[in-house]
Amino acid sequence: MKYVIIGNGPAAIGAVEGIRKTDAAGEITLLSKEPHHTYSRPLISYLLLGKTDEEKMKYRPDGFYKENGVSFMPGVGAVSLDTENKTVKTEQGGVKYDRLLIAAGSRPFIPPMKGFETVEKRFSFMTLDDAKSLRDALTPDSRVLIIGAGLIGLKCAEGIAGLCKSITVVDLADRILSSILDRDAAAIVEAHLREHGISFHLSDSVEEFEGGTARLKSGEEIPFDVLVTAVGVKANISLASDAGGECGRGIKVNEKMETSLADVYAAGDCAEGTDSVTGQSRILALMPNAYIQGECAGRNMAGGDAVCDSAMAQNAIGFFGLHMVTAGAYEGDVYESRGENEYKKLFYKDDRLMGYIIIGDIRRAGIYTAMIRDKTPLSGIDFEMICENPSLMPFGRKRRAEMLGGVKA
Amino acid sequence: MKRIYVNEKWCLGCHLCEYNCAFSQSGAMDMATALKGIQIRPNIRVEEGGGICYAVSCRHCDDPLCVKGCIGGALSVKDGVITIDRDKCIHCYTCVVMCPYGAVMPSEDGAVQKCELCVKTKKGTPACVAGCPNGAIVFEERC
Ligand SMILES: Cc1cc2nc3c(=O)[nH]c(=O)nc-3n(C[C@H](O)[C@H](O)[C@H](O)COP(=O)(O)OP(=O)(O)OC[C@H]3O[C@@H](n4cnc5c(N)ncnc54)[C@H](O)[C@@H]3O)c2cc1C
Ligand code: SF4
Ligand code: SF4
Repeated sequence: MKYVIIGNGPAAIGAVEGIRKTDAAGEITLLSKEPHHTYSRPLISYLLLGKTDEEKMKYRPDGFYKENGVSFMPGVGAVSLDTENKTVKTEQGGVKYDRLLIAAGSRPFIPPMKGFETVEKRFSFMTLDDAKSLRDALTPDSRVLIIGAGLIGLKCAEGIAGLCKSITVVDLADRILSSILDRDAAAIVEAHLREHGISFHLSDSVEEFEGGTARLKSGEEIPFDVLVTAVGVKANISLASDAGGECGRGIKVNEKMETSLADVYAAGDCAEGTDSVTGQSRILALMPNAYIQGECAGRNMAGGDAVCDSAMAQNAIGFFGLHMVTAGAYEGDVYESRGENEYKKLFYKDDRLMGYIIIGDIRRAGIYTAMIRDKTPLSGIDFEMICENPSLMPFGRKRRAEMLGGVKA
Repeated sequence: MKRIYVNEKWCLGCHLCEYNCAFSQSGAMDMATALKGIQIRPNIRVEEGGGICYAVSCRHCDDPLCVKGCIGGALSVKDGVITIDRDKCIHCYTCVVMCPYGAVMPSEDGAVQKCELCVKTKKGTPACVAGCPNGAIVFEERC
Protein backbone atom coordinates (compact mmCIF):
# COMPACT_ATOMS: atom_id res chain seq x y z
CA MET A 1 0.00 0.00 0.00
CA LYS A 2 1.27 3.46 -0.95
CA TYR A 3 0.16 6.29 1.26
CA VAL A 4 0.69 9.92 0.45
CA ILE A 5 0.10 12.65 3.02
CA ILE A 6 -0.02 16.32 2.06
CA GLY A 7 0.89 18.44 5.07
CA ASN A 8 3.13 18.24 8.10
CA GLY A 9 1.03 19.53 10.97
CA PRO A 10 -0.86 17.60 13.66
CA ALA A 11 -3.39 16.18 11.18
CA ALA A 12 -0.59 14.75 9.03
CA ILE A 13 1.36 13.42 12.01
CA GLY A 14 -1.84 11.91 13.43
CA ALA A 15 -2.33 10.10 10.13
CA VAL A 16 1.18 8.63 10.20
CA GLU A 17 0.56 7.36 13.73
CA GLY A 18 -2.89 6.09 12.74
CA ILE A 19 -1.56 4.18 9.74
CA ARG A 20 1.28 2.64 11.73
CA LYS A 21 -1.11 1.27 14.38
CA THR A 22 -2.00 -1.48 11.93
CA ASP A 23 0.23 -1.23 8.87
CA ALA A 24 3.93 -1.40 9.64
CA ALA A 25 5.00 -2.02 6.06
CA GLY A 26 3.10 0.34 3.74
CA GLU A 27 5.08 3.13 2.10
CA ILE A 28 4.31 6.57 3.46
CA THR A 29 5.36 9.72 1.61
CA LEU A 30 4.82 13.03 3.37
CA LEU A 31 4.89 16.27 1.41
CA SER A 32 5.46 19.46 3.37
CA LYS A 33 5.42 22.86 1.77
CA GLU A 34 7.12 24.31 4.82
CA PRO A 35 10.73 23.11 4.83
CA HIS A 36 10.80 22.32 8.55
CA HIS A 37 10.64 19.29 10.79
CA THR A 38 7.08 19.07 12.17
CA TYR A 39 6.62 21.83 14.73
CA SER A 40 3.79 22.96 16.99
CA ARG A 41 2.15 25.85 15.20
CA PRO A 42 0.55 27.38 18.33
CA LEU A 43 3.98 27.66 19.88
CA ILE A 44 5.20 30.40 17.55
CA SER A 45 3.99 33.04 20.02
CA TYR A 46 5.79 31.28 22.87
CA LEU A 47 8.94 31.30 20.76
CA LEU A 48 8.82 35.11 20.60
CA LEU A 49 7.99 35.19 24.30
CA GLY A 50 11.12 33.16 24.95
CA LYS A 51 9.18 30.35 26.64
CA THR A 52 10.28 27.79 24.07
CA ASP A 53 12.89 27.40 21.36
CA GLU A 54 13.00 25.81 17.93
CA GLU A 55 14.28 22.57 19.37
CA LYS A 56 11.55 22.25 22.00
CA MET A 57 8.89 23.34 19.51
CA LYS A 58 9.29 20.13 17.56
CA TYR A 59 5.92 18.39 17.63
CA ARG A 60 7.63 15.00 17.42
CA PRO A 61 11.22 13.93 18.17
CA ASP A 62 13.96 14.15 15.52
CA GLY A 63 13.77 10.47 14.69
CA PHE A 64 10.03 10.55 13.98
CA TYR A 65 10.03 10.15 10.19
CA LYS A 66 12.75 7.52 10.18
CA GLU A 67 11.24 5.48 13.00
CA ASN A 68 7.88 5.48 11.27
CA GLY A 69 9.29 4.67 7.85
CA VAL A 70 8.13 7.93 6.33
CA SER A 71 9.84 9.41 3.31
CA PHE A 72 9.68 13.02 4.33
CA MET A 73 9.87 15.61 1.57
CA PRO A 74 10.45 18.98 3.21
CA GLY A 75 9.88 22.00 1.04
CA VAL A 76 7.89 20.04 -1.53
CA GLY A 77 4.40 21.35 -2.15
CA ALA A 78 1.55 19.48 -3.83
CA VAL A 79 0.32 21.44 -6.84
CA SER A 80 -2.64 19.40 -8.06
CA LEU A 81 -4.27 15.99 -7.95
CA ASP A 82 -4.77 13.62 -10.84
CA THR A 83 -7.38 11.36 -9.30
CA GLU A 84 -7.70 9.26 -12.44
CA ASN A 85 -4.09 8.17 -12.30
CA LYS A 86 -3.95 8.47 -8.52
CA THR A 87 -1.05 10.86 -8.62
CA VAL A 88 -0.18 13.98 -6.67
CA LYS A 89 1.59 16.50 -8.87
CA THR A 90 4.36 18.45 -7.22
CA GLU A 91 6.70 21.15 -8.48
CA GLN A 92 9.28 18.43 -9.00
CA GLY A 93 7.14 15.74 -10.59
CA GLY A 94 4.54 13.33 -9.34
CA VAL A 95 3.95 10.89 -6.49
CA LYS A 96 1.61 7.94 -6.90
CA TYR A 97 -0.81 6.97 -4.16
CA ASP A 98 -3.23 4.22 -3.29
CA ARG A 99 -4.63 6.30 -0.43
CA LEU A 100 -4.18 10.03 -0.07
CA LEU A 101 -4.67 12.39 2.85
CA ILE A 102 -5.00 16.12 2.37
CA ALA A 103 -3.93 17.78 5.62
CA ALA A 104 -2.87 21.08 4.10
CA GLY A 105 -4.23 23.27 6.88
CA SER A 106 -5.19 26.85 6.31
CA ARG A 107 -3.66 30.15 5.30
CA PRO A 108 -4.18 33.67 6.58
CA PHE A 109 -7.18 35.48 5.21
CA ILE A 110 -6.35 39.08 4.40
CA PRO A 111 -9.42 41.14 3.58
CA PRO A 112 -9.03 43.78 0.91
CA MET A 113 -7.94 46.98 2.65
CA LYS A 114 -7.31 50.25 0.91
CA GLY A 115 -3.66 51.25 0.84
CA PHE A 116 -2.51 47.91 2.29
CA GLU A 117 0.38 47.75 -0.19
CA THR A 118 1.71 51.09 1.05
CA VAL A 119 2.54 49.50 4.41
CA GLU A 120 6.21 48.72 4.49
CA LYS A 121 6.41 46.18 7.31
CA ARG A 122 3.44 43.85 7.28
CA PHE A 123 3.16 40.30 8.52
CA SER A 124 0.82 37.40 9.06
CA PHE A 125 1.20 35.18 12.11
CA MET A 126 0.71 31.59 10.99
CA THR A 127 4.08 29.97 10.50
CA LEU A 128 7.47 29.65 12.14
CA ASP A 129 8.92 31.77 9.36
CA ASP A 130 6.26 34.45 9.92
CA ALA A 131 7.18 34.58 13.58
CA LYS A 132 10.89 34.84 12.90
CA SER A 133 10.54 37.60 10.34
CA LEU A 134 8.21 39.51 12.64
CA ARG A 135 10.77 39.21 15.42
CA ASP A 136 13.49 40.50 13.10
CA ALA A 137 11.39 43.52 12.19
CA LEU A 138 10.70 44.56 15.79
CA THR A 139 12.75 47.00 17.80
CA PRO A 140 12.10 48.29 21.33
CA ASP A 141 10.69 51.42 19.66
CA SER A 142 8.22 49.67 17.36
CA ARG A 143 4.58 50.61 17.54
CA VAL A 144 2.66 47.53 16.44
CA LEU A 145 -0.82 47.49 14.98
CA ILE A 146 -2.64 44.15 15.00
CA ILE A 147 -5.78 43.69 12.94
CA GLY A 148 -7.88 41.00 14.59
CA ALA A 149 -8.60 40.35 18.27
CA GLY A 150 -9.04 36.62 17.85
CA LEU A 151 -6.87 33.84 19.23
CA ILE A 152 -4.06 34.34 16.76
CA GLY A 153 -3.94 38.14 16.99
CA LEU A 154 -3.95 38.15 20.77
CA LYS A 155 -1.45 35.31 21.08
CA CYS A 156 0.78 37.35 18.81
CA ALA A 157 0.26 40.39 21.05
CA GLU A 158 1.30 38.42 24.12
CA GLY A 159 4.30 36.99 22.29
CA ILE A 160 5.72 40.36 21.21
CA ALA A 161 4.68 42.48 24.21
CA GLY A 162 8.23 42.52 25.53
CA LEU A 163 9.81 43.16 22.13
CA CYS A 164 8.14 46.41 21.13
CA LYS A 165 6.99 49.76 22.46
CA SER A 166 3.24 49.54 22.06
CA ILE A 167 0.51 47.27 20.73
CA THR A 168 -2.84 48.41 19.39
CA VAL A 169 -5.48 45.88 18.35
CA VAL A 170 -8.36 46.70 16.02
CA ASP A 171 -11.34 44.41 15.50
CA LEU A 172 -14.68 44.70 13.78
CA ALA A 173 -16.40 42.72 16.53
CA ASP A 174 -17.61 44.48 19.65
CA ARG A 175 -15.55 42.22 21.90
CA ILE A 176 -12.28 40.33 21.87
CA LEU A 177 -12.08 36.57 21.26
CA SER A 178 -15.61 36.67 19.92
CA SER A 179 -15.46 33.10 18.63
CA ILE A 180 -14.88 31.59 22.07
CA LEU A 181 -16.00 34.07 24.73
CA ASP A 182 -19.33 35.68 25.53
CA ARG A 183 -19.57 39.36 26.34
CA ASP A 184 -18.94 39.11 30.10
CA ALA A 185 -15.98 36.76 29.74
CA ALA A 186 -14.47 38.89 26.98
CA ALA A 187 -14.70 41.96 29.21
CA ILE A 188 -12.67 40.22 31.93
CA VAL A 189 -9.94 39.15 29.53
CA GLU A 190 -9.90 42.53 27.79
CA ALA A 191 -9.38 44.31 31.11
CA HIS A 192 -6.53 41.93 31.89
CA LEU A 193 -4.88 42.58 28.52
CA ARG A 194 -5.27 46.34 28.94
CA GLU A 195 -3.49 46.03 32.28
CA HIS A 196 -0.61 44.59 30.31
CA GLY A 197 -0.47 47.63 28.11
CA ILE A 198 -2.42 46.48 25.07
CA SER A 199 -4.92 48.97 23.66
CA PHE A 200 -8.06 48.09 21.76
CA HIS A 201 -10.28 49.67 19.16
CA LEU A 202 -13.32 47.41 18.96
CA SER A 203 -16.35 47.69 16.67
CA ASP A 204 -13.95 49.42 14.34
CA SER A 205 -11.94 48.67 11.23
CA VAL A 206 -9.29 50.15 9.00
CA GLU A 207 -10.67 52.38 6.28
CA GLU A 208 -7.33 53.13 4.73
CA PHE A 209 -3.62 52.69 5.22
CA GLU A 210 -1.19 55.37 4.23
CA GLY A 211 2.33 54.15 4.86
CA GLY A 212 2.65 54.14 8.62
CA THR A 213 -0.81 55.47 9.42
CA ALA A 214 -4.07 53.60 9.67
CA ARG A 215 -7.26 55.61 9.41
CA LEU A 216 -10.15 53.85 11.12
CA LYS A 217 -13.85 53.92 10.26
CA SER A 218 -14.42 55.81 13.49
CA GLY A 219 -12.16 58.55 12.18
CA GLU A 220 -9.32 57.82 14.54
CA GLU A 221 -5.79 57.76 13.11
CA ILE A 222 -3.23 55.29 14.41
CA PRO A 223 0.44 55.74 13.61
CA PHE A 224 2.39 52.47 13.56
CA ASP A 225 5.66 50.91 12.45
CA VAL A 226 4.74 47.25 12.08
CA LEU A 227 1.43 45.74 10.97
CA VAL A 228 0.18 42.22 11.76
CA THR A 229 -2.97 40.96 10.07
CA ALA A 230 -4.74 38.21 11.98
CA VAL A 231 -8.30 38.52 10.82
CA GLY A 232 -8.91 34.87 10.21
CA VAL A 233 -7.86 31.85 8.24
CA LYS A 234 -9.01 30.24 5.02
CA ALA A 235 -8.90 26.50 4.50
CA ASN A 236 -6.59 25.19 1.81
CA ILE A 237 -9.21 23.41 -0.27
CA SER A 238 -8.04 23.97 -3.83
CA LEU A 239 -6.27 20.62 -4.26
CA ALA A 240 -9.60 18.88 -3.63
CA SER A 241 -11.93 21.40 -5.23
CA ASP A 242 -9.90 21.60 -8.44
CA ALA A 243 -10.13 17.82 -8.66
CA GLY A 244 -13.93 18.00 -8.32
CA GLY A 245 -14.12 17.13 -4.62
CA GLU A 246 -17.09 18.46 -2.69
CA CYS A 247 -16.19 21.53 -0.67
CA GLY A 248 -17.89 24.11 1.47
CA ARG A 249 -15.59 26.40 3.40
CA GLY A 250 -13.50 23.30 3.88
CA ILE A 251 -13.12 19.97 2.13
CA LYS A 252 -16.24 18.02 3.05
CA VAL A 253 -15.58 14.84 4.98
CA ASN A 254 -17.75 12.15 6.55
CA GLU A 255 -17.20 10.53 9.94
CA LYS A 256 -14.46 8.35 8.49
CA MET A 257 -12.66 11.41 7.11
CA GLU A 258 -13.37 10.35 3.54
CA THR A 259 -13.87 13.10 0.98
CA SER A 260 -16.18 12.72 -2.02
CA LEU A 261 -13.13 11.64 -4.06
CA ALA A 262 -12.29 7.93 -4.08
CA ASP A 263 -9.40 7.01 -1.74
CA VAL A 264 -8.86 10.65 -0.81
CA TYR A 265 -9.19 11.67 2.83
CA ALA A 266 -8.96 15.07 4.46
CA ALA A 267 -8.33 16.15 8.06
CA GLY A 268 -7.57 19.16 10.21
CA ASP A 269 -7.95 22.84 9.38
CA CYS A 270 -8.70 22.15 5.71
CA ALA A 271 -11.55 19.71 6.43
CA GLU A 272 -15.19 20.44 7.11
CA GLY A 273 -17.07 17.86 9.14
CA THR A 274 -19.95 17.72 11.57
CA ASP A 275 -19.80 19.46 14.93
CA SER A 276 -21.18 16.77 17.23
CA VAL A 277 -22.63 19.31 19.66
CA THR A 278 -24.63 21.42 17.22
CA GLY A 279 -24.91 19.04 14.28
CA GLN A 280 -23.66 21.80 12.00
CA SER A 281 -21.18 21.28 9.22
CA ARG A 282 -18.12 23.37 10.00
CA ILE A 283 -14.37 23.63 10.18
CA LEU A 284 -12.97 23.26 13.68
CA ALA A 285 -9.56 24.84 13.25
CA LEU A 286 -8.06 23.59 16.49
CA MET A 287 -5.15 21.40 17.31
CA PRO A 288 -6.90 18.52 19.15
CA ASN A 289 -9.35 18.23 16.32
CA ALA A 290 -6.64 18.18 13.70
CA TYR A 291 -4.79 15.34 15.40
CA ILE A 292 -7.92 13.30 16.16
CA GLN A 293 -9.20 13.63 12.60
CA GLY A 294 -5.80 12.84 11.13
CA GLU A 295 -5.39 9.76 13.28
CA CYS A 296 -8.88 8.58 12.36
CA ALA A 297 -8.11 9.11 8.66
CA GLY A 298 -4.84 7.20 9.02
CA ARG A 299 -6.51 4.20 10.61
CA ASN A 300 -9.09 4.09 7.85
CA MET A 301 -6.54 4.56 5.09
CA ALA A 302 -4.88 1.43 6.47
CA GLY A 303 -8.15 -0.47 6.14
CA GLY A 304 -9.56 0.22 9.59
CA ASP A 305 -13.05 1.18 10.58
CA ALA A 306 -12.53 4.23 12.78
CA VAL A 307 -15.10 6.96 13.18
CA CYS A 308 -14.58 10.46 14.39
CA ASP A 309 -18.02 11.43 15.61
CA SER A 310 -17.28 13.60 18.61
CA ALA A 311 -15.71 16.65 17.03
CA MET A 312 -16.42 19.88 18.88
CA ALA A 313 -14.85 23.19 19.73
CA GLN A 314 -12.49 22.73 22.67
CA ASN A 315 -9.90 25.23 23.59
CA ALA A 316 -7.46 26.20 26.30
CA ILE A 317 -5.61 29.45 26.14
CA GLY A 318 -3.90 31.87 28.47
CA PHE A 319 -2.71 35.46 28.32
CA PHE A 320 -0.17 36.88 30.76
CA GLY A 321 -0.99 34.21 33.33
CA LEU A 322 -4.77 34.35 33.04
CA HIS A 323 -6.04 31.00 31.84
CA MET A 324 -9.33 30.15 30.19
CA VAL A 325 -10.91 27.01 28.85
CA THR A 326 -13.95 26.70 26.63
CA ALA A 327 -15.83 23.93 24.87
CA GLY A 328 -18.98 23.08 22.98
CA ALA A 329 -21.79 25.45 22.12
CA TYR A 330 -23.21 28.27 24.22
CA GLU A 331 -26.87 27.34 23.99
CA GLY A 332 -29.62 26.72 26.52
CA ASP A 333 -29.94 27.46 30.21
CA VAL A 334 -26.97 28.82 32.10
CA TYR A 335 -25.32 27.99 35.41
CA GLU A 336 -23.10 30.87 36.40
CA SER A 337 -20.66 31.50 39.20
CA ARG A 338 -18.20 34.29 39.70
CA GLY A 339 -15.43 35.16 42.08
CA GLU A 340 -12.48 37.48 41.96
CA ASN A 341 -10.79 36.73 38.65
CA GLU A 342 -12.99 33.63 38.40
CA TYR A 343 -15.75 33.13 35.92
CA LYS A 344 -17.69 30.01 35.07
CA LYS A 345 -20.64 29.50 32.81
CA LEU A 346 -22.12 26.11 32.00
CA PHE A 347 -24.69 25.89 29.22
CA TYR A 348 -27.22 23.05 29.25
CA LYS A 349 -30.35 22.02 27.42
CA ASP A 350 -32.37 18.89 26.63
CA ASP A 351 -30.87 17.03 29.60
CA ARG A 352 -27.27 17.48 28.45
CA LEU A 353 -24.37 19.82 28.90
CA MET A 354 -23.83 21.86 25.73
CA GLY A 355 -20.80 23.97 26.51
CA TYR A 356 -18.78 25.95 29.02
CA ILE A 357 -16.63 29.01 29.48
CA ILE A 358 -14.28 29.02 32.47
CA ILE A 359 -11.73 31.69 33.31
CA GLY A 360 -9.31 31.36 36.19
CA ASP A 361 -9.67 28.04 37.97
CA ILE A 362 -9.54 25.63 35.03
CA ARG A 363 -8.80 22.51 37.06
CA ARG A 364 -10.50 19.29 35.95
CA ALA A 365 -12.49 21.05 33.22
CA GLY A 366 -12.09 17.91 31.11
CA ILE A 367 -14.79 16.27 33.21
CA TYR A 368 -17.21 18.82 31.75
CA THR A 369 -15.80 18.29 28.25
CA ALA A 370 -16.43 14.55 28.59
CA MET A 371 -20.03 15.20 29.61
CA ILE A 372 -20.54 17.23 26.44
CA ARG A 373 -18.75 14.66 24.30
CA ASP A 374 -20.62 11.68 25.79
CA LYS A 375 -23.95 13.54 25.88
CA THR A 376 -24.24 12.40 29.50
CA PRO A 377 -27.91 12.63 30.62
CA LEU A 378 -27.95 15.24 33.37
CA SER A 379 -30.89 13.57 35.04
CA GLY A 380 -28.67 10.58 35.82
CA ILE A 381 -26.08 12.53 37.81
CA ASP A 382 -26.00 15.04 40.64
CA PHE A 383 -25.99 18.07 38.36
CA GLU A 384 -26.00 20.64 41.11
CA MET A 385 -22.91 19.09 42.61
CA ILE A 386 -21.00 18.97 39.35
CA CYS A 387 -21.88 22.57 38.52
CA GLU A 388 -20.07 23.72 41.61
CA ASN A 389 -17.07 21.51 41.23
CA PRO A 390 -16.03 19.06 38.53
CA SER A 391 -15.37 15.67 40.14
CA LEU A 392 -16.33 12.05 39.64
CA MET A 393 -18.56 12.02 42.74
CA PRO A 394 -21.78 13.11 40.95
CA PHE A 395 -21.61 10.14 38.56
CA GLY A 396 -22.43 7.53 41.18
CA ARG A 397 -20.77 4.30 42.18
CA LYS A 398 -21.67 2.21 39.15
CA ARG A 399 -20.29 4.62 36.57
CA ARG A 400 -17.22 5.20 38.74
CA ALA A 401 -16.52 1.48 38.82
CA GLU A 402 -16.32 1.67 35.03
CA MET A 403 -14.15 4.76 35.11
CA LEU A 404 -11.75 3.75 37.87
CA GLY A 405 -12.25 0.05 38.51
CA GLY A 406 -11.85 -1.36 35.02
CA VAL A 407 -15.44 -2.68 35.06
CA LYS A 408 -16.79 -2.91 31.51
CA ALA A 409 -19.76 -0.70 30.76
CA MET B 1 -0.72 -3.70 30.94
CA LYS B 2 -0.74 -3.17 34.69
CA ARG B 3 -2.69 -0.14 35.80
CA ILE B 4 -3.92 1.34 39.05
CA TYR B 5 -7.48 0.29 39.81
CA VAL B 6 -9.75 1.54 42.55
CA ASN B 7 -11.70 -0.66 44.95
CA GLU B 8 -13.94 2.10 46.15
CA LYS B 9 -15.53 0.24 49.04
CA TRP B 10 -12.15 -0.38 50.67
CA CYS B 11 -11.01 3.24 50.69
CA LEU B 12 -10.56 4.61 54.22
CA GLY B 13 -10.09 8.21 53.15
CA CYS B 14 -6.74 8.31 54.95
CA HIS B 15 -4.97 10.22 52.11
CA LEU B 16 -1.81 8.12 52.56
CA CYS B 17 -1.69 7.60 48.79
CA GLU B 18 -1.41 11.36 48.32
CA TYR B 19 1.49 11.57 50.77
CA ASN B 20 3.25 8.58 49.27
CA CYS B 21 2.88 10.07 45.80
CA ALA B 22 4.30 13.41 46.86
CA PHE B 23 7.13 11.64 48.66
CA SER B 24 7.90 9.49 45.63
CA GLN B 25 8.05 12.59 43.42
CA SER B 26 10.32 14.43 45.86
CA GLY B 27 13.12 11.90 45.49
CA ALA B 28 14.01 12.44 49.16
CA MET B 29 15.09 9.71 51.55
CA ASP B 30 12.57 10.10 54.31
CA MET B 31 9.02 11.29 54.23
CA ALA B 32 9.06 13.52 57.29
CA THR B 33 11.81 15.82 55.98
CA ALA B 34 10.53 15.68 52.40
CA LEU B 35 7.00 16.79 53.21
CA LYS B 36 7.35 18.74 56.43
CA GLY B 37 5.52 22.04 56.28
CA ILE B 38 4.88 21.97 52.53
CA GLN B 39 1.60 21.89 50.70
CA ILE B 40 1.72 18.57 48.85
CA ARG B 41 0.76 18.35 45.19
CA PRO B 42 0.17 14.66 44.56
CA ASN B 43 -0.77 13.13 41.21
CA ILE B 44 -3.40 11.03 42.93
CA ARG B 45 -6.24 12.81 44.73
CA VAL B 46 -8.83 11.48 47.12
CA GLU B 47 -12.36 12.66 46.48
CA GLU B 48 -14.71 12.42 49.43
CA GLY B 49 -18.19 13.38 50.46
CA GLY B 50 -21.34 11.87 51.94
CA GLY B 51 -19.45 8.94 53.45
CA ILE B 52 -17.90 7.97 50.09
CA CYS B 53 -14.24 8.25 49.22
CA TYR B 54 -11.88 6.97 46.55
CA ALA B 55 -8.62 7.98 44.93
CA VAL B 56 -8.36 9.28 41.36
CA SER B 57 -5.25 9.22 39.21
CA CYS B 58 -4.47 8.93 35.50
CA ARG B 59 -6.08 5.88 33.87
CA HIS B 60 -3.30 5.54 31.30
CA CYS B 61 -6.00 5.38 28.65
CA ASP B 62 -5.66 3.16 25.59
CA ASP B 63 -6.94 6.15 23.65
CA PRO B 64 -5.35 9.03 25.57
CA LEU B 65 -7.16 12.23 24.65
CA CYS B 66 -4.60 14.31 26.54
CA VAL B 67 -1.84 13.08 24.22
CA LYS B 68 -3.98 13.59 21.14
CA GLY B 69 -4.83 17.12 22.16
CA CYS B 70 -1.46 18.33 23.46
CA ILE B 71 -0.49 21.32 21.39
CA GLY B 72 3.19 21.07 22.19
CA GLY B 73 3.93 17.39 21.70
CA ALA B 74 4.80 17.28 25.40
CA LEU B 75 2.65 14.27 26.27
CA SER B 76 3.42 10.88 24.79
CA VAL B 77 2.87 7.17 25.25
CA LYS B 78 5.95 5.28 26.44
CA ASP B 79 5.37 1.52 26.79
CA GLY B 80 1.75 2.26 27.61
CA VAL B 81 2.57 4.86 30.25
CA ILE B 82 1.25 8.34 29.47
CA THR B 83 4.30 10.50 30.05
CA ILE B 84 4.87 14.23 30.35
CA ASP B 85 7.96 16.05 29.13
CA ARG B 86 7.77 18.99 31.53
CA ASP B 87 10.43 20.82 29.63
CA LYS B 88 8.34 20.92 26.46
CA CYS B 89 5.08 21.78 28.19
CA ILE B 90 3.93 25.30 27.38
CA HIS B 91 1.28 25.59 30.13
CA CYS B 92 -1.67 25.91 27.77
CA TYR B 93 -3.81 23.31 29.59
CA THR B 94 -5.39 21.84 26.49
CA CYS B 95 -4.74 18.47 28.11
CA VAL B 96 -6.81 19.58 31.11
CA VAL B 97 -9.70 20.26 28.72
CA MET B 98 -9.26 16.85 27.11
CA CYS B 99 -8.91 14.49 30.12
CA PRO B 100 -12.28 12.96 31.10
CA TYR B 101 -11.11 12.19 34.63
CA GLY B 102 -9.49 15.44 35.66
CA ALA B 103 -6.28 13.51 36.13
CA VAL B 104 -3.79 15.92 34.60
CA MET B 105 -3.23 19.19 36.42
CA PRO B 106 -1.13 22.33 36.54
CA SER B 107 1.84 22.01 38.88
CA GLU B 108 3.34 24.72 40.99
CA ASP B 109 5.64 25.95 38.21
CA GLY B 110 2.88 25.82 35.58
CA ALA B 111 3.94 22.73 33.62
CA VAL B 112 1.39 19.97 33.97
CA GLN B 113 1.89 17.05 36.30
CA LYS B 114 0.28 13.64 36.17
CA CYS B 115 0.70 10.10 37.38
CA GLU B 116 3.39 8.23 35.47
CA LEU B 117 3.08 5.03 37.51
CA CYS B 118 6.34 5.97 39.27
CA VAL B 119 8.37 4.78 36.27
CA LYS B 120 10.67 7.79 36.60
CA THR B 121 11.22 7.42 40.35
CA LYS B 122 11.11 3.77 41.31
CA LYS B 123 10.67 0.30 39.94
CA GLY B 124 7.69 -2.00 40.42
CA THR B 125 4.55 -1.12 42.29
CA PRO B 126 3.70 2.62 42.32
CA ALA B 127 4.23 4.29 45.69
CA CYS B 128 0.55 5.07 46.26
CA VAL B 129 -0.47 1.43 45.83
CA ALA B 130 2.48 0.10 47.85
CA GLY B 131 1.46 2.28 50.78
CA CYS B 132 -2.30 1.78 50.71
CA PRO B 133 -3.18 0.03 53.99
CA ASN B 134 -6.48 -1.41 52.83
CA GLY B 135 -6.13 -2.54 49.21
CA ALA B 136 -8.33 0.32 48.02
CA ILE B 137 -5.99 0.89 45.09
CA VAL B 138 -4.27 -2.00 43.39
CA PHE B 139 -1.74 -2.33 40.58
CA GLU B 140 -2.79 -5.14 38.29
CA GLU B 141 -3.82 -6.31 34.86
CA ARG B 142 -7.60 -6.09 34.45
CA CYS B 143 -8.63 -5.40 30.88
C1 LIG C 1 -0.53 31.58 16.29
C2 LIG C 1 -1.44 30.39 16.38
C3 LIG C 1 -1.86 29.95 17.62
C4 LIG C 1 -2.70 28.87 17.72
N1 LIG C 1 -3.05 28.45 18.97
C5 LIG C 1 -3.83 27.37 19.10
C6 LIG C 1 -4.16 26.87 20.39
O1 LIG C 1 -3.76 27.42 21.42
N2 LIG C 1 -4.94 25.78 20.49
C7 LIG C 1 -5.40 25.13 19.38
O2 LIG C 1 -6.09 24.14 19.52
N3 LIG C 1 -5.10 25.57 18.13
C8 LIG C 1 -4.33 26.67 17.97
N4 LIG C 1 -4.02 27.12 16.71
C9 LIG C 1 -4.58 26.40 15.55
C10 LIG C 1 -3.75 25.17 15.20
O3 LIG C 1 -2.43 25.54 15.00
C11 LIG C 1 -4.32 24.50 13.96
O4 LIG C 1 -5.65 24.16 14.17
C12 LIG C 1 -3.53 23.25 13.59
O5 LIG C 1 -2.18 23.52 13.36
C13 LIG C 1 -4.13 22.59 12.35
O6 LIG C 1 -3.41 21.48 12.01
P1 LIG C 1 -3.37 20.93 10.52
O7 LIG C 1 -2.48 19.75 10.55
O8 LIG C 1 -4.73 20.79 10.00
O9 LIG C 1 -2.73 22.11 9.66
P2 LIG C 1 -1.36 22.89 9.81
O10 LIG C 1 -0.78 22.79 11.15
O11 LIG C 1 -1.63 24.24 9.29
O12 LIG C 1 -0.40 22.13 8.82
C14 LIG C 1 -0.60 22.17 7.44
C15 LIG C 1 0.70 21.88 6.76
O13 LIG C 1 0.47 21.66 5.37
C16 LIG C 1 1.46 22.25 4.61
N5 LIG C 1 0.91 22.50 3.28
C17 LIG C 1 -0.05 23.38 2.92
N6 LIG C 1 -0.30 23.29 1.62
C18 LIG C 1 0.49 22.32 1.13
C19 LIG C 1 0.71 21.76 -0.17
N7 LIG C 1 0.03 22.17 -1.22
N8 LIG C 1 1.63 20.78 -0.30
C20 LIG C 1 2.36 20.36 0.78
N9 LIG C 1 2.19 20.86 2.00
C21 LIG C 1 1.28 21.82 2.18
C22 LIG C 1 1.83 23.49 5.38
O14 LIG C 1 3.14 23.90 5.07
C23 LIG C 1 1.70 23.00 6.82
O15 LIG C 1 2.92 22.48 7.28
C24 LIG C 1 -3.17 28.21 16.56
C25 LIG C 1 -2.76 28.66 15.31
C26 LIG C 1 -1.91 29.74 15.20
C27 LIG C 1 -1.48 30.20 13.85
S1 SF4 D 1 -4.29 12.17 31.78
FE1 SF4 D 1 -6.47 11.68 31.48
S2 SF4 D 1 -6.73 11.41 29.24
FE2 SF4 D 1 -4.53 11.31 29.69
S3 SF4 D 1 -4.14 9.12 29.88
FE3 SF4 D 1 -4.51 9.92 31.98
S4 SF4 D 1 -6.70 9.62 32.33
FE4 SF4 D 1 -6.36 9.36 30.11
S1 SF4 E 1 -0.33 22.13 29.16
FE1 SF4 E 1 1.57 21.19 28.45
S2 SF4 E 1 1.13 18.97 28.33
FE2 SF4 E 1 -0.85 20.06 28.45
S3 SF4 E 1 -1.48 20.34 26.30
FE3 SF4 E 1 -0.37 22.21 26.89
S4 SF4 E 1 1.75 21.80 26.27
FE4 SF4 E 1 0.70 19.82 26.30
